[in-house]
Amino acid sequence: MRLSTFVRMRLITHNMLTSHVKGVKNGYPLVIKAEDIKEQETDFNPDFISRMITRIEWPALTKAMEMIGHTDQLPEEVPKDYETNNDFLKQAHHALMEIEVITGSLTCPESGREFPIANGIPNMLLNEDEV
Amino acid sequence: MKLRQLEIALEDAKPFQEPKIQLEQYVTTPHLAACLLHTAETQFGDICGKNVCDLGCGCGILSIGSSLLGANHCLGIDIDEDALEIFQSNCEAYELNNVVECIQADIARFSPSRNMILAKRFDTVLMNPPFGTKSNKGIDMEFLHAASILASHAVYSLHKSSTRAHIVKKANDFGMQAQVVAEMRYNLESSYKFHKKKSKDIEVDFIRFTITTG
Repeated sequence: MRLSTFVRMRLITHNMLTSHVKGVKNGYPLVIKAEDIKEQETDFNPDFISRMITRIEWPALTKAMEMIGHTDQLPEEVPKDYETNNDFLKQAHHALMEIEVITGSLTCPESGREFPIANGIPNMLLNEDEV
Repeated sequence: MKLRQLEIALEDAKPFQEPKIQLEQYVTTPHLAACLLHTAETQFGDICGKNVCDLGCGCGILSIGSSLLGANHCLGIDIDEDALEIFQSNCEAYELNNVVECIQADIARFSPSRNMILAKRFDTVLMNPPFGTKSNKGIDMEFLHAASILASHAVYSLHKSSTRAHIVKKANDFGMQAQVVAEMRYNLESSYKFHKKKSKDIEVDFIRFTITTG
């Protein structure tokens, strides 16, 4: 299999993924186990990040950063002036867009079901008995 | 970027090597993709600076086009890992400035009560869904339903013109308003052995759906 060097899972996507295993009531957020991660600089767009702040679950993002070993890089809460706070937006940008998870897994917090991440792609397919 | 420029740029995107019949894998041509994307951006401003989802992304031509037109983040979703491998190598070849990701998932598993993706995270959803022939009946409606959940603002899609009334009604059921932007001809080259004609022109509607329920 050809190894991808560009298209890889970021935390912006992890933030919106949830477990859809049958019977699970609380499948969010998925627990990240990252075996291979890489930091990759990308263009910073403050307007885009500012808009995305309102759509992401901030506690899930801070938790995700901790899970992959990037502690103390984000404030516990989104500051009130986030729209114009460039330092904050840069931190958020780094967390959301610049950390690539290449190999690892995403685990349903309730059922323990593991969704593997291989070559940067999370596999969310369920088996017949899980749907 | 002009329409023709975009179309030329998209001609470098590699298609399926061995399209799978059961998944109705037909390539979205550079021309079709360019028309869809160019209209979405120049007429409606739905691509540049946006968070875009490419539903049933296949080899990624719509994701690549979105990125070229300035979508800051694009997520491709497809059930087929072989297609996603081509998706990845296509994106790399373009040296895109914006973030593109993909996940392997079954869009037919989306439902309001049990999603694998939280609702309304994307500004815009793009798709060229399977039409739902042979053993795949109803798949186009499942795509439409999933799109209505994922998009906060707009959905762009292609559907057979013969199904227009049905699509418009279903869209309303899913909390969307449908607008036929253009009527196009989709030339499906005989991809599979069972195709009797050498190629077939199908009339398709290029439709823009807006999300009406908050």
